[in-house]
Amino acid sequence: MEYFIELFLGGLTRGSIYALIALGYTMVYGIIELINFAHGEIYMIGAFTALIVASVLTLLGFNELSILVIASLCAVIWAASYGFTIEKLAYKPLRKAPRLSALISAIGMSIFLQNYVLLAQTSDFLPFPALMPEFGFLEPYAHIMSSAEVIIVLTTALVMAALTFLIKFTRLGKAMRATAQDRDMALLSGVNVNRVISFTFIIGSATAAVGGVLIASHIGMINFYIGFIAGIKAFTAAVLGGIGSVPGAVLGGMVLGWTESFATGYVSSDYEDVFAFTLLVLILIFRPEGILGRSTTQKV
Amino acid sequence: MVKKSMSKMWVAMIAGIFMVLTMAGAGFGAEPVVLGVAGAHSGDLASYGIPSIKAAELVLKKINARGGILGEQVKMTTEDDVCKPEVATNTATKLASEGVKIVLGHICSGATKAALGIYNASNVVVLSPSATNPDLTQSGDYPNFFRTIASDDAQARLEVDFAIDKLGLSKLAVIHDKGDYGKGLAEFAKQFIEDSDEAEVVLYEGVTPGAVDYSAIVQKIKRSDADGVIFGGYHPEASKIVMGMRKKKMGTVFISDDGVKDDTFIKVAKEYAEGVYATGPRDTSKNPLHIAAEKEHQEAFGADPGAFFYNAYAGVQALLNAIEKAGSTDHEAVTKALRSEWVETPIGKISFDEKGDAIGVGFSMYQVRNGAYIEVK
Repeated sequence: MEYFIELFLGGLTRGSIYALIALGYTMVYGIIELINFAHGEIYMIGAFTALIVASVLTLLGFNELSILVIASLCAVIWAASYGFTIEKLAYKPLRKAPRLSALISAIGMSIFLQNYVLLAQTSDFLPFPALMPEFGFLEPYAHIMSSAEVIIVLTTALVMAALTFLIKFTRLGKAMRATAQDRDMALLSGVNVNRVISFTFIIGSATAAVGGVLIASHIGMINFYIGFIAGIKAFTAAVLGGIGSVPGAVLGGMVLGWTESFATGYVSSDYEDVFAFTLLVLILIFRPEGILGRSTTQKV
Repeated sequence: MVKKSMSKMWVAMIAGIFMVLTMAGAGFGAEPVVLGVAGAHSGDLASYGIPSIKAAELVLKKINARGGILGEQVKMTTEDDVCKPEVATNTATKLASEGVKIVLGHICSGATKAALGIYNASNVVVLSPSATNPDLTQSGDYPNFFRTIASDDAQARLEVDFAIDKLGLSKLAVIHDKGDYGKGLAEFAKQFIEDSDEAEVVLYEGVTPGAVDYSAIVQKIKRSDADGVIFGGYHPEASKIVMGMRKKKMGTVFISDDGVKDDTFIKVAKEYAEGVYATGPRDTSKNPLHIAAEKEHQEAFGADPGAFFYNAYAGVQALLNAIEKAGSTDHEAVTKALRSEWVETPIGKISFDEKGDAIGVGFSMYQVRNGAYIEVK
């Protein structure tokens, strides 16, 4: 039973990691139906920014908590500005073009950003400082779940709740939903569609940066390539949960995390990905719109 | 009409004979020796490939300063394969089509294996400073292939003997990264453990490289009650697994290979790296040629040499020496010279056996102590 709980909690952490990145995917898709492949790279850039800021602050002798706060803030702001710029440069000019063009543009942006960080920084793996505090009261349970893992799970829940609130109960959220439903009609009703889309990218990128800081700090290392694999898995999670749905992204992440964890624990880690993607195929056969996705008629 | 076509044929024949003669002439004259350097020069594993370029540069500088080989300056050309087999075939094709006759490379076993078929067909002599997959030499499929590093089964043998005889472990978990290199090594380790009657394999599994974390496999190792883990693979996965184990308060002994015996591993895993064992090329740091090569690197690049630098250095020396002794870049003469001539190199006095493995090169066991790999005697 203890083994089951350990696997369950391990899967929960892994699922939260996927979910934290998947939230950004699903938000952008929900509003403009674009799979933003550069999202994984935003996550990576967020982590790199935090690493650079944290290294400088450590040299300057700041204490741990202020390093965590300032580094995360810088990462969020920096990543958000990247998200904003990418949308303006790579997606906005293609808004009237066939959807495939924007998709290719997104893939290009992803490759560009990876190589930019590779050249501007390094191809090596870099150690990432443990920015998250270690709670004393969790110490006896550290062999089951560490403080960092608890923080990741809680942050994912918090971000999901905040995004749900934003979309359901604020003016901006209303504008987002209107834009998602019918962009032209929203424009006619006085919604500043460009601004709404920009905001979506900023918020999506900010959540990716939060994920980047927490996950890199938990794993303890980064390089320019981490965004790619995390991005693919998070994208899978978003599709599994129903792309476009915020709670769906989190549920999808969890389902994927648990599947992988239990497959490794009870069968074999050789087939971890086989189980994960078999599950994806099965769910999409029986619920093509994903677990929590709403089936909508395709827009023309 | 008949006459006219006859005269045309004459012209064609004369032109043909002329072409054949000039081509033969090019063959007899001293053509410049070009050394191809292929391997991972960018990407995740660039830290394994770039030191080879530096080694080749240094050796060529020295050789060219004293007049080159066969009276010609030796040139060098580099090609990146980012450690990927599908890229390596292109790399090999490009080098072969450029007329390169000797290649230092490739770095990763998978990429080397993919490239060797092409080199074989073009009679290119290949020498890898780092590809350790046993089949590359033992299969006998690649008579033009040599290496200045011992093969993986040598490492697996040392890992298993060390775990059982020196550390007295009896329950071993064997984990690998599903790659040519890591899985090959793990299979040998598993076989050696099963052959010895003193220990058993309690877990044998592959992990997906690049996954966000390995907590599930760490829990599985814990449940298997293993007293030691033998890991076949590279440092990014190794450091994630070690950090995962240590954070879960597991003191299980971790033994790995020269893919982990890299300073990046210690830099990333920091205090969690302490006590980890890894096999790596035998310590030749007392060798005067080794010290000289290190100094050359220091003077030229202002830093300590990286992974496989000395193997690459020795490899270039052996290749160029063989060409000099053979008197040409003809692959049969060069491979014969590589097998018969002994060369003094930074990794010791070496030659090559029939299969292409270096004689006089081997592995030692290292352990991380106070943030550095120390040879375990």
